[in-house]
Amino acid sequence: MPVKPWNAFPQIASSEITPESVWLNRRSLMKAAAAGAGLATAGETVAESKPTLELDYAPAEDGTAFKAAEMLTPYDAATSYNNFYEFGTDKADPARYADTMTTDPWEIKVGGLVNKPGKLHLEDILTGFDLEERIYRFRCVEAWSMVVPWIGFPLSALLERFEPKAEGKFVEFKTLYRRGEMRGTRSFTSVIDWPYREGLRMDEAMNPLTLMTVGLYGKTLPNQSGAPLRLITPWKYGFKNIKSIVEINVTDRQPRTSWQDLAPQEYGFYANVNPEVNHPRWSQGWERRLPSSLFNPNRVRTQIFNGYAEQVAGLYKGMDLARYY
Amino acid sequence: MVMLSKLLGFTKAWTLPATINNSGASLFAIPPAWNPALRAVVFMACLAPFLVLVSAVASNTLGPDPAEHLMHFTGEWVIRFLALVLLATPLARYGWPRLARYRRMLGLFVWFYATLHLLVFAQVFIGWSGEQLIEELAERPYVLVGFLAWVILVPLGVTSAQAIRRKMGRHWRTLHKLIYAVAALGWLHLLWLSRSDVGDAVVYGLIFLCLFAYRVRHAMTNASAKAS
Repeated sequence: MPVKPWNAFPQIASSEITPESVWLNRRSLMKAAAAGAGLATAGETVAESKPTLELDYAPAEDGTAFKAAEMLTPYDAATSYNNFYEFGTDKADPARYADTMTTDPWEIKVGGLVNKPGKLHLEDILTGFDLEERIYRFRCVEAWSMVVPWIGFPLSALLERFEPKAEGKFVEFKTLYRRGEMRGTRSFTSVIDWPYREGLRMDEAMNPLTLMTVGLYGKTLPNQSGAPLRLITPWKYGFKNIKSIVEINVTDRQPRTSWQDLAPQEYGFYANVNPEVNHPRWSQGWERRLPSSLFNPNRVRTQIFNGYAEQVAGLYKGMDLARYY
Repeated sequence: MVMLSKLLGFTKAWTLPATINNSGASLFAIPPAWNPALRAVVFMACLAPFLVLVSAVASNTLGPDPAEHLMHFTGEWVIRFLALVLLATPLARYGWPRLARYRRMLGLFVWFYATLHLLVFAQVFIGWSGEQLIEELAERPYVLVGFLAWVILVPLGVTSAQAIRRKMGRHWRTLHKLIYAVAALGWLHLLWLSRSDVGDAVVYGLIFLCLFAYRVRHAMTNASAKAS
């Protein structure tokens, strides 16, 4: 497949930009749909931690990598089935217990090899960047997948504000670690060395697909989805998409990541979705597209780079992907 | 395998028939008759997890990814029934002899839930693909040991019929000592599945360890009683 990493992204002509009236109309339709969905699931036990706020954003453009033309995973499924081990290892634990986490006020420290180290606050991330919708496939290493309409801004826009130095080759992220508010971190049989850490190579961080995410389905993230700010790299396995970020550092060395520390033979630094590279726990050739059921498991074949090869394969040219998994 | 059977066979008193037929120190009397009402209650109690699962599947309350829940639920009940069947003998010895009558039922429920576990795996994880089953067995040791445990359960289940048991005589007991191998493999399967939290594996590991240790100790006291 020809690799053309940069022009693989849409160059939007002004004539193609949706007129605001149409956009607003579409948004009100979405709100109505969301309200309807809310009614339909009024009996659900999943507690909404905090009222999520409606966001203003530019919708994803049709026919681009920013908008997967696939059926969306319903909001309730996307926000009731999560891995967020700070709140427990069961998929339902985050929706059950994450409301104990305080997300306002929120401070993100940006430092390391940058010219202008500093801090971002909740207001900065919700209003200080142009928000865009990105409909991405999300592939968990556990062989299930979703399609989620995220709202956010490119990580590159955030990093540029702090002016990374030329010697900065990697970006390191850390999740909030607050024992009093995170019951999973108090489990004495848990072997994760908190806080949760993740990292990207600088070119991965600057790739237009890489999204600093503040919302989904038009609203701010609920706590279980990583409020108020999380990473989304759609060509990588879900665990790379670190949640509830409080620290971002530009480094000259490849950062250590939590899962890599825990089981390096299972979880690599790159963690690119790759059906050819097997995992000791789960076959990566297939995935269950959620919602799935016993009699209709909805198994689909997993694509290399989760279907984003055109956008990212160039980043790994000449690398042995079986070795750098 | 030879080593294993030697290891498992070094004590004859680990299974119940020895305690009925011999006049050893640990003899206890199994009530000769079934209590039909109690039997029905125990049977329904053992079946209850399955009924809970059926109703959850029917009412679609297992969330967006039932695969994982179904695997976890059926797997955990296999481990629990293994613990129960291994617990039945010591409890029977110490004041609850009727329980010995229920070991076959409990053992068959181990097989039942293990089979469900395997069926769910075939349906939601590998889509009934033989090719994928081979890949799973070849590449994932935890799948291999789990599968092996199920394979061992097959002859145990089949030979649990009273008529076959009688025909097999003393070989039946030797064969059924393989339940210890099933417990060990099942626990290993659970341990290798643990990702970041080994809580379950530790708890069940301690339970199995106690139940194994009890048998070793019992066999040793029996042996020394015979020697004196």
